[in-house]
Amino acid sequence: MSSEKMHFEYRVEGGNFSEAGYPSSQVKKTLKQLNVEGNVIKRTVVALYEAEVNIVAHAYRGVIAVDIDTEKIIITLTDEGPGIADIKKAMEIGYSTATPEVREMGFGAGMGLSNMNTNADKLSITSEVGTGTIVEIMNYFHK
Amino acid sequence: MERKTDNQFHHALKFREDLCIGCSHCMNICPTEAIRVSHGKAQLHANRCVDCGECYRVCPVGAIIVEQDDFENIYKYNTRVALIPSVFSGQFPDSVSSGEILSAVHELGFTHVIEVEEGVEFLNDRFNEYIRENQAKKPLISPFCPAVVRLIQVKFPTLAGNIILLKAPVDVTALHTRKELTDQGIASEDIGIFYVTPCAAKIVAVKSPVGEEKSVIDGVINMNYLYNKIFKILRQKKEKSEVTGFSHLSEKSICWSLTHGESGHMTQGRSLAIDEINNVIEFLEKVENEEIDGIDFLELRACDESCAGGILCPGNRFMTVDKLRKRAVKSGDSKGNTPESKTGKISMNDPFLLENIPLGPVLPRSIIKLDDNMSEAMIKMKRIYELNRVLPQVDCGICGSPTCKALSEDVVQNQASIKQCIFVQKILEQNDKMDMQESIQIMKSIWSDNKLDQNSLKDEINEIN
Ligand SMILES: Nc1ncnc2c1ncn2[C@@H]1O[C@H](COP(=O)(O)OP(=O)(O)OP(=O)(O)O)[C@@H](O)[C@H]1O
Ligand code: SF4
Ligand SMILES: [Mg+2]
Repeated sequence: MSSEKMHFEYRVEGGNFSEAGYPSSQVKKTLKQLNVEGNVIKRTVVALYEAEVNIVAHAYRGVIAVDIDTEKIIITLTDEGPGIADIKKAMEIGYSTATPEVREMGFGAGMGLSNMNTNADKLSITSEVGTGTIVEIMNYFHK
Repeated sequence: MERKTDNQFHHALKFREDLCIGCSHCMNICPTEAIRVSHGKAQLHANRCVDCGECYRVCPVGAIIVEQDDFENIYKYNTRVALIPSVFSGQFPDSVSSGEILSAVHELGFTHVIEVEEGVEFLNDRFNEYIRENQAKKPLISPFCPAVVRLIQVKFPTLAGNIILLKAPVDVTALHTRKELTDQGIASEDIGIFYVTPCAAKIVAVKSPVGEEKSVIDGVINMNYLYNKIFKILRQKKEKSEVTGFSHLSEKSICWSLTHGESGHMTQGRSLAIDEINNVIEFLEKVENEEIDGIDFLELRACDESCAGGILCPGNRFMTVDKLRKRAVKSGDSKGNTPESKTGKISMNDPFLLENIPLGPVLPRSIIKLDDNMSEAMIKMKRIYELNRVLPQVDCGICGSPTCKALSEDVVQNQASIKQCIFVQKILEQNDKMDMQESIQIMKSIWSDNKLDQNSLKDEINEIN
């Protein structure tokens, strides 16, 4: 088994909805070039997009780190923001603290985290109120 | 290479080496980066081509041609059916009636002339059912435009499963026609069904169909060829014959192949229509990123103004659209007093058609993947990234590849050398790593001896200095 690895990073700015989606489309391109199976690409891109939009909608700024090896992709989103007080509650479908402005942009249905959960093989969220949130998404290429 | 793959890469667009001047216009326009220049000639990478015909439009010397069946082939059959798409009627001046067109086609030797869109009403119902039953695969993508189907196979492999697996109107009409004729006692092998095509993509759809073994159509006739033949007949005619034309199609059917033709008639949820291949690519990128939400059906067409803009349509596409819309309005007005609606003959739940219109799966054949082996692919990807970083990003095409990024990929796939970049050559020359002779040799191998002939500026050379 080869130990080839790749790593890249993207910066995300809170409130900048017009730029959202760039990291997802780059990750998608990369996975396509690596010949990863279509369904895995789809799931990864959905989960990443939701996580990225959460930074844009709810936090101030963040960094997305992507690590790929021949087995899996791990995406770690670290943000500076208000943090999440009750993660369990935040995961519930329909729970949202999105502002009216964010809702106006078409977000804020409270679907993002549960959507991430169904599209990630492993999802871990840690958060400190007042500091920020770390979301880790892991998907395997071969089942 | 295996036979099967050869067939899969069959293309209706052919490059005539004898005419090609190696100008690279086609390379620069190709939306799938399927063309390179080598030895002064355009080279087609068959696995990347989707037969959209953008290259055909820009070639300044007519070196790209569309393959064509021999017209005489129709005489191999006793019963000769011409299947004519409605856009054909939009090619002629207003003074030419559809009746005249119809009789001219008969005069050319066809025993039956039928409009392709007769199958539309039947197919529209099936599409609506299909969309209702396949909500999990949203957005469902119309299989109508073969260039788009192939584009998805090569460039958007993850969306291959979103394509509606039902045949096109032309196949429905062809199946129905053959069935009707055999029911009348004509032997199937005596029936030849010929499709008059507006584009190269539809030819490929007949010659090497996706999702079916063999097409129900026996041959194709290029629309510009038929147009010229008919125009000649019409010019020779002194008096106008009063034959009834093909006015029996419904409004919907007449406009089906135009932009919004399909999308306007899907009853389930929300539909969108997008035409022109670069617009389609831009939108599919977003669909693939799941950035587009809540769309049930996508009508996607490779040509601007859809089939009115097909590369084999002789008329102006905007005029064609206008004519078809006028014809559609007229057909709507005359509802009720049209003699007998021929479309009615295709029963909405014809069991024979229902059984025969499903398509097999549309398989992805990605041109994006760098290697089947993932760690190989990763090594290549890193190498491409490194190479691309040293290239100037001018995308001038002088290396014979359409962009700097494409050259990086070609190098890593062993199909080019980084020394083909003119900037790299200059840098190497400054470092005494390349002499002029070598760089000239490289340029000649891309652009041919002619373009770099030492004597070619003989007269002007003194003035230049
Ligand atoms: N990165 C984050 N920083 C702070 N709070 C967050 C973050 N991500 C999620 N949340 C909190 O969790 C809630 C639920 O998130 P979720 O993504 O499920 O829904 P949403 O973003 O509100 O709406 P939707 O994702 O449907 O547009 C958010 O409303 C917000 O209160
Ligand atoms: S839009 Fe119509 S004419 Fe153009 S490629 Fe597609 S099917 Fe052919
Ligand atoms: Mg969210």
